[in-house]
Amino acid sequence: MAYRIEVVTHVNDTRSEVMRKNLVSEGFAIETAKVLEVYTVNKNFNSDEIKRIAEILSNPISQKFKIRDNSSKNDVVQGNKELLHEPYDTVRREGSYEVDEVIRIFKTIDFDFALEIGFLPGVTDNIATTAKESIEGLTKQKFIEEESVHSSTLIFLKGKITEEDTKKIGNILANKLIQRISIKDKTSFEKDNGMDLIIPRVHLSSEVKITKVDLNISEEELLKLGKEGILNNDGTRRGPLALEKDYLYAIKEYFAKEGRSPTDIELESLAQTWSEHCKHTIFAAEIDNIKDGLYKGYIKKATIDIRNKKGKDDFCVSVFSDNSGAIIFDENYLITDKAETHNSPSALDPFGGAITGIVGVNRDTIGFGKGAKPIINKYGFCVGLTSDEEPIYRDKDLKEASLTPKRIFEGVVSGVNAGGNQSGIPTPQGFTYFHKDYKGKPLIFVGTVGLIPKTINGKPSHEKGAHKNDKIVVIGGRTGQDGIHGATFSSETLSAGSPATAVQIGDPITQKKFSDAIIKEARGMDLYNSITDDGAGGLSSSVAEMAKECGGCEVDLDKVPLKYPNLEPWKIWISESQERMTLAISEEKVEKFIDLMKRRGVEATIIGTFTDSGRCVIKYKQEKIMDISMDFLHNGLPKKTLHTTYTKTERKEKAIPEPKNLTDTLLELLKNPNITSTEFIPRQYDHSVQGGAVLGPLHGKGRVISPASVTKPLIETRKGVVCSQGLYPKYSEIDTYDMAACSIDTAVRNSIAIGGKLSHMALMDNFCWCSSNESERLGQLKAAAKACYDYAVEYGTPYISGKDSMFNDFNGFDKNGNAIKISSPPTLLISSLSVMDDVTKAVSLDTKFAGDLVYVLGETKDELAGSEYFPEGKNVPKVEAKSAKKLYEKVEEAILKNMIASALSPSHGGLAATFAKKAIAGQLGMEIDLNKIPREKNLNRNDFILFSETASRFVVTIDPNKKGEFEKLFEDETFACVGQILDSNKFTIKGINGETIVDTNVKDLEEAYKSTFKNY
Amino acid sequence: MKPKAIIITGYGINCEEETSKAFELSGGETTIVHINDLIENPKMLNDYQIMAFPGGFSYGDDTGSGNALANKIKNNIEKEILEFAKQDKLIIGICNGFQILTNLGLVPAKENKYGERQAVLMHNTHARYECRWVKLKNTSQKCIWTRNIETLNCPIAHGEGNFYAEKEVIDSLIKNDQIAFKYVKDDNSPANLQFPFNPNGAMLDIAGICDESGRIFGLMPHPERFNSFTNQDGWTYAKEKLLREGKEIPTLGQGLQVFKNAIEYFTK
Repeated sequence: MAYRIEVVTHVNDTRSEVMRKNLVSEGFAIETAKVLEVYTVNKNFNSDEIKRIAEILSNPISQKFKIRDNSSKNDVVQGNKELLHEPYDTVRREGSYEVDEVIRIFKTIDFDFALEIGFLPGVTDNIATTAKESIEGLTKQKFIEEESVHSSTLIFLKGKITEEDTKKIGNILANKLIQRISIKDKTSFEKDNGMDLIIPRVHLSSEVKITKVDLNISEEELLKLGKEGILNNDGTRRGPLALEKDYLYAIKEYFAKEGRSPTDIELESLAQTWSEHCKHTIFAAEIDNIKDGLYKGYIKKATIDIRNKKGKDDFCVSVFSDNSGAIIFDENYLITDKAETHNSPSALDPFGGAITGIVGVNRDTIGFGKGAKPIINKYGFCVGLTSDEEPIYRDKDLKEASLTPKRIFEGVVSGVNAGGNQSGIPTPQGFTYFHKDYKGKPLIFVGTVGLIPKTINGKPSHEKGAHKNDKIVVIGGRTGQDGIHGATFSSETLSAGSPATAVQIGDPITQKKFSDAIIKEARGMDLYNSITDDGAGGLSSSVAEMAKECGGCEVDLDKVPLKYPNLEPWKIWISESQERMTLAISEEKVEKFIDLMKRRGVEATIIGTFTDSGRCVIKYKQEKIMDISMDFLHNGLPKKTLHTTYTKTERKEKAIPEPKNLTDTLLELLKNPNITSTEFIPRQYDHSVQGGAVLGPLHGKGRVISPASVTKPLIETRKGVVCSQGLYPKYSEIDTYDMAACSIDTAVRNSIAIGGKLSHMALMDNFCWCSSNESERLGQLKAAAKACYDYAVEYGTPYISGKDSMFNDFNGFDKNGNAIKISSPPTLLISSLSVMDDVTKAVSLDTKFAGDLVYVLGETKDELAGSEYFPEGKNVPKVEAKSAKKLYEKVEEAILKNMIASALSPSHGGLAATFAKKAIAGQLGMEIDLNKIPREKNLNRNDFILFSETASRFVVTIDPNKKGEFEKLFEDETFACVGQILDSNKFTIKGINGETIVDTNVKDLEEAYKSTFKNY
Repeated sequence: MKPKAIIITGYGINCEEETSKAFELSGGETTIVHINDLIENPKMLNDYQIMAFPGGFSYGDDTGSGNALANKIKNNIEKEILEFAKQDKLIIGICNGFQILTNLGLVPAKENKYGERQAVLMHNTHARYECRWVKLKNTSQKCIWTRNIETLNCPIAHGEGNFYAEKEVIDSLIKNDQIAFKYVKDDNSPANLQFPFNPNGAMLDIAGICDESGRIFGLMPHPERFNSFTNQDGWTYAKEKLLREGKEIPTLGQGLQVFKNAIEYFTK
């Protein structure tokens, strides 16, 4: 027997109202929308039980429910209570209200179409999992394998809409890759007495077979195997292995020596382990004359050189070797940092991609050393222009349309909302960047800072290692088909062949349960020797990586807990099902560990043993299905040699006339999506949880987005963590070396402006490149990597962690079926992580008091190219690190001496945007004299001075009483007092010839600044 | 002897550490206890004078915020919890903890009907999670937790904080002086349901209520997140003002008063 419980909210039903509004804003003539929650309970219960179940799944004050079972469509009898003969019926709830009332409430739902959205078989259904647990608790009856609970949402729509419109609405509200949509018009709804009772269950063939793959095939066939995957019996292919020719030959050679053909799982495993995503083959490859490759030759080298130079002041503890990088926080603690991207999944399912992204990068914190506690989440969304609705398709038949940039944007915003908020980790910092070429593949950055004691149980916390005979234990979520080929998929460009199973669903609560159990309990009890995240490549990656620590492993794959039976072994091994981690636990502690996990509601299972055999061995039902040497698995991939070219196109400064009305220019600029307020994002991201918020995403009474944040992770001390980020994708077209330099400089100076400490600051690099098989793109990459070395070394800011994603290209079709390729602009995100000694010294960006003086620190240059004001041209900002560093040290000193009342560093939008943001934040007027702004000779255009994005500058305000000491401190720097704060709300700028060129007020500035995303 | 507080955690509760710290900074002694351990050994409640349900996302808000964890408690240790509630002890539920308390029927508990659901915290009017600072006014003489507070700035962070109850419950809340915190504007005038002062659309601007005894308190805002001066929205402005007046910068945050009141109930 199965039951369908429908729950309707009859007071304050704001969700329905918001649904209506949203659909109207999407252009549908909806009069009313009514959203119901539906639980489908697939298990036998008596009528009293099912009624009590419905009661605990609903709220007696705001909701009513009705139940139907699948034995007969209009069966609404509950026990021996009265039978109701209404067409759309209900059951009685004893005591609290009358049957008539329930009928009335359900009957008053007027509609033309009913639309139901549920999950497809096998997709994680978190609500259902919770409901099931509550039902088990109530009835004290366990669900057995064939029994289940499913959740869905039923929406009644009334308005001038057709069935076609309803389908469109379904496609907007649901993602067909993971959700099912059912639609009925009123007539058929009433005829059928409601929606159908659907039980989405996965039925896999019960015959599980291991396939041997013959590699003695033609080269053509071999290449096809690499590109499209292993051949199934029915002639279809299993999906990309992303193995190139020389890799395939290396594998062929290995198995020739072993004297046998590989099994499917062996081939899949090698493909995962050798994927660009896991091995970073491009950064590791010899490139031109750089034998060590870009990673060792530039990024890691910068860190090594800086650490050597710093000597005893070196604050790095663990760099590049673990899931996150770590630096010293104070005498007792380390802080860790890691940033990831989740681009391909987010393109297909923005919500799912982003939630699994943020929750996934949290595991890079939990998986650092013996396990760090996540204390800060960060985000960065690079998406197409939200106004761009021109459809593009993944397939030639124009059936698989890509999501529009707007839908991707909204989806990823919600995804990080759900993941971050539910995990109880504050999100004080993030950014958005819009560019037309992110349309095909968005870049979705997520990062997490962690905190961990330096020593745990008397041992350094960052050291860990699996020992021979340790048990391999997997904890958290169960394994399913989700995320098959995730790692190989993200190493490929997005196209029609992109597997739908690459989409994963996040379950933050499952993770929160084990995160607490590990970090807050098991870690201190010294219950495990090593821990790592199950991310890209799933178990194949985590187990095989940990096995390196001791030299081998033996896994019993049939021990892995599955979401549904009969999953093929190769899928179990490479599945990227979320919220799982792998641990190495010594035999005598494993029972205690599993018992602890059980008491915390966490599933923990022994799936094998670590060995020193030198082999990675996998068994399935006693049969050995994989047996590869550890050395070949990890080091067998042929080294690549790459060659680059970098042709700089000749660009001319296009002569543009100076606008007559710069007031309008400024107001328009404040609406530019890359400058404007995205307040709706931080508003919906919890940034105060954990109680350590100091300076968050919004500053001042005017609530202006800050590019940096300060967090105090230990309530009882004053030390703070400072985070910021920088990126300039538009500069890439002109010069990737300068692009990288500006990204680094921005991440550094934003941190300095809020109170960061240059001598205790680390960086992270996230390269998101495109077409990295083309020598020109590699040439751009090499230049950017070189800048990473040069500037980090100059600033003394080591890289502690990094990541790359090399193929952010979209290969598809336009609406006419013409093949198109959209490549993301080469993008480098630099994140900075700094420690400040006393958070009470931190400086916000909002101006404070009328009469305060406005200073510009640093010289303004004719560097408009690539700017938000003038994206053409060739003069992209260049960074002079030596002088910048001197200036930063002075700003740091001024902040420590309480000289600076507010500070913000100009970036996108230049000085003009900076002045305006400061005025909006402080809700105080400002007058500026452009002629006083320190600038290079011959820079004599008002608009150029206002909008040039020259690096390494600050706009600060100070108490006029501190003028003397402030100017004394900066006497060797380029700086000037350029204006003052007013006690009115007037905002005026005088041009270089003394005329007023901007004449507006704070209110108008604020309105412009907050207009673009007002309705989000 | 310091009053002892048991801080409940597990299944997605996530504010247990800062809540615990707030009690400690206020002179209390705390133990963070996983709900499963409490279910296994409910007798441990005898060791505590104070029980706190911290904020968080128990069960991810599935089946209604606070509902699933309340179900778990009801299915296992309802008797023991109700017993604790009826003694001369204190209980606080913050944010998700408030949602749990209402689902457990510990507030408002009209006519001392502990265990009966009488109020609900519904989706915010704009149906989205909201994180911001609000201003609260103490409107109860009875509530022990809000003593010595006239107004308090506090962060909120929730998606379901829209307080609703039927008229007779509301009438009795007013009659029995159970409305402890209301959302107000900067000038302390009523928010009158106006966003952002009332951030969720709660009836009568209700941010927190207590039971008829004043011992059990549920509120949506997070006083534990205002534990330090540097937590407060706009503290850099206050700092600059103090610096120019030659005054000292305070260390602790005003949100701690809520926890001090609980400690002092047993020590004074």
